[in-house]
Amino acid sequence: MSRQILALLVKELLAVLADARSRWLLIGPPLIQLVVFGYAASFDLSHVPIAIYDQDGGEASRDLIARFAGSPTFAVEAVLRSSRRIDELIDSRRVEAVVVLDQGFSRDLHTGKPAPVQVIVDGRNSNTGLLIEGYAGTILTDFGLAWAADHGGAPPAAVLDMRALYNQTLDSHWFIIPGIVALLTQVITLLVVGLSVARERELGTFDQLLVTPLRPIDILLGKGLPGLVIGLVEASVIIAVTVLWFHVPLRGSLAALYFGLLLFVLAVTGIGLAISALSATQQQALLGAFLFMVPSIILSGFATPIANMPPWVQDLTLLNPMRYFLVIVRAVFLQGADLSSLGSQLWPMAAMGLTTLAMAGWLFRRRMT
Amino acid sequence: MEPTARETDGRSSAAAGGEPGDAPPAAIRLEDVRRGFRSAGRTVQALAGITANALRGQVTGLVGPDGAGKTTLMRLIAGLLRPDSGRIEALGFDVARDPLDVQARLGYMPQRFGLYEDLTVRENLDLYADLQGVMPERRAPRYADLMHMTGLGPFTARMAGRLSGGMKQKLGLACTLLNPPQLLLLDEPTVGVDPVSRRELWQIIEHLMRETDTAVLFSTAYLDEAERCDQVWLLHEGQLLGSGAPSDFSAEMAGRSFYAVATGGRRALQARLAQTAGVIDAVIQGGHVRVVMAAGAPPEAKMLPDFPDLVLTPTAPRFEDSFVARLGGGRHEAVAAGSRAHSEAGAPALASGDRAAAAGPVITVRQVTRRFGDFTAVDNVSFEVRRGEIFGLLGANGAGKTTTFRMLCGLLPPTQGALEVAGFDLRTAAAIARRRIGYMSQRFSLYGDLTVRQNLNFFSSVYRLTGAHQRARLAWAGEEFALGPMLEAKAGELPLGFKQRLALACALMHDPAILFLDEPTSGVDPLARREFWRRINALAGRGVTVLVTTHFLEEAEYCDRLLIMAQGRVLNEGTPDAIKAAARRPDRPDPTMEEAFIAAIEAAAVPEAA
Repeated sequence: MSRQILALLVKELLAVLADARSRWLLIGPPLIQLVVFGYAASFDLSHVPIAIYDQDGGEASRDLIARFAGSPTFAVEAVLRSSRRIDELIDSRRVEAVVVLDQGFSRDLHTGKPAPVQVIVDGRNSNTGLLIEGYAGTILTDFGLAWAADHGGAPPAAVLDMRALYNQTLDSHWFIIPGIVALLTQVITLLVVGLSVARERELGTFDQLLVTPLRPIDILLGKGLPGLVIGLVEASVIIAVTVLWFHVPLRGSLAALYFGLLLFVLAVTGIGLAISALSATQQQALLGAFLFMVPSIILSGFATPIANMPPWVQDLTLLNPMRYFLVIVRAVFLQGADLSSLGSQLWPMAAMGLTTLAMAGWLFRRRMT
Repeated sequence: MEPTARETDGRSSAAAGGEPGDAPPAAIRLEDVRRGFRSAGRTVQALAGITANALRGQVTGLVGPDGAGKTTLMRLIAGLLRPDSGRIEALGFDVARDPLDVQARLGYMPQRFGLYEDLTVRENLDLYADLQGVMPERRAPRYADLMHMTGLGPFTARMAGRLSGGMKQKLGLACTLLNPPQLLLLDEPTVGVDPVSRRELWQIIEHLMRETDTAVLFSTAYLDEAERCDQVWLLHEGQLLGSGAPSDFSAEMAGRSFYAVATGGRRALQARLAQTAGVIDAVIQGGHVRVVMAAGAPPEAKMLPDFPDLVLTPTAPRFEDSFVARLGGGRHEAVAAGSRAHSEAGAPALASGDRAAAAGPVITVRQVTRRFGDFTAVDNVSFEVRRGEIFGLLGANGAGKTTTFRMLCGLLPPTQGALEVAGFDLRTAAAIARRRIGYMSQRFSLYGDLTVRQNLNFFSSVYRLTGAHQRARLAWAGEEFALGPMLEAKAGELPLGFKQRLALACALMHDPAILFLDEPTSGVDPLARREFWRRINALAGRGVTVLVTTHFLEEAEYCDRLLIMAQGRVLNEGTPDAIKAAARRPDRPDPTMEEAFIAAIEAAAVPEAA
């Protein structure tokens, strides 16, 4: 029995690798996506264009402006002489924010009164707006502390002293790139497995397979294993690029990562096989794969935290294998987790793998008769 | 249009105008048309210099096996491809220069006509009427005509996807005829269509020819359809082997066709005759062997010393005879080589054939019924196939052939009844029974991206061949099917004939006791078909049981016994001769298999209608 499945596995791999186009599809796009996503996807802000409207013109205000200009986060695009151009600059997206210093800024500081600084932010992208607000707040706090130290004012009652564990500089690449490992592994596995049966149906070779002594379970395994193998190899390449090219630290146990990966690919393979069993043509299979893929990425915590979702959507994410694997990838890469600490993430994927494979098997038998 | 007429040379504008007193004007003129395609680094010459004319008011048959270049030629005439060289004129226009002028006047029905399966018949008609710009006020009468002509009237509200294969083709034809074309190009409209629908399609075309002077170019791989055409272009491997009226083709074969009968079995006689000098063709047809002699080689009753009681009866030549005669010169060597390879296998054929008759049944189907919901696909069917027998399962589309076949493979459990294959009950041991079965379908289900060797390896492994045994079978396949030099070539890039050999080799790797064939040779050229059936005959002689499902009735003639199915029930069972004899009537003393088949189906349909 195992020899027959091996023959099917070898045939599947040969069929994928013998065709120059499908070979390229497995190697080219994932690597390009990894590099492009790796550089493009970032939550960090740098060189945000801002404008300054300094009505005060005193020493203190110039000092504060210098702190904005000197920060790598901001780039001062324009210094305004009147309030007329504020709207126009923001409307035309030439600047993301305008810092407005009141006429009495220096005077208020010297007299020990709170000196208001207005920051007008483009709210069309709420995420960027929030980040600008945070960075501007940090600059103002630093400025206030320095002013108090130099001029002897009352220091603030409480000072924020934050320290980030695991990702000390809060570099968002370290958060995103390990997530791409999960993302691309899912895409490749789902496509390889999802399209394989449909392709044979279109070619007419599926009937030929059915009349061989292979049982439905053998065909299922022979179709699932290539996806498993290709998914694991593809994931290994992506992990290597993550570590060697993007220098994301891999601190935890490789065994834990691969065990999680195996269960994840297994669960995705089951879903791919179920899609395969249901589709008559490659087009249907492709559509089915994307119908699953897009919500599964959004509901995985890849980009937006699951904790931010409404409770019923959070419950929905429990059915998504990628959710668990993302936790494992990030824990192993950044936190240095080992197998024993990941049990709560591993068993749901194992359960899902078994369920989806059983479901695929049932659909397979039902479609054949 | 005006400047075009002036630009074309005098001869062609005269042809287009049709001067009074002339012969019917030419609708298509081809002058040395050539076209090649690049495929996998090689150039394949699809058409190698075709020169021919087709006339208005006539059906011109473009006849040839798959891969002959028929579709390429159609697409060239329709202006969808450009020739590499040569000149194509259609309806007086130079197609290369004015494709739009031609396309406005022609109807083209490609092999897979683009019906929208989720629209009704009526909606499909509306859609194509919109696309072809048929004026709304002219639609109602045109629809009425077409629905009457095609017999689709009662089905206008049915989804196109739920029509039978034959009805889909008729709807496709109706959509092509919405704007009455001056030139109608039909690319294999009868392929995959059962004989009853095939005859109805021809009736539609005959009806059309009575009412208009449209020129029809009808391509087909079924050689018997050539005899229904006014003119025939016989195409093979990109060459025009001949053109003219079908009677011209058969006239040159006059006095050269015979039926041969002798004691000792028709298979042995056929094998012997195929190797006799002066015989260019010998095929089994019912209980006798149909023989075609070379020109100037009259047969003698005593020409075979080992068959002393040989009787030869003259018979009318048919189109296929002249095709075989035309091919004979070039391909005879290959055929002879093929038969030499079989001479050892063929020798004990007679003895084991006798044993086969005595042996018990290998396939037993007892009162089998299969229902899908409230639809009964197979209704109380029983039959038996003995060891070494070639058994044909015939029926129109939807007759229940495929369902029966899937049940025999153990892919589908019967609702009632019992099936046994090679002694195994399919209910309990389907996978084990499948080890004894080899399967080959018309579509040659090979993995095109894999090499010949990888295909053979895969199928032999799946059938549990290992080690030395597997290597021995691989060597056998390479030698027996002359695939040796091609082992490293990709299966998808093989010529058609080799694909067929490889498919059969893959089905035989595990030396099955039973071979299932699904329309194995429709669309294959006659010599390749003969080579194929010679192998099948040799296998049957060695005791392999062969089950053929087909609606290509030429294949039915090669069978020992036939079962005709309709609407899930068995209509008729018996030898090809008995089935033909049952259809004999005073006005039809010697019915063909097709006539017998249609008669059986019609006889079954009448009581139901009444």
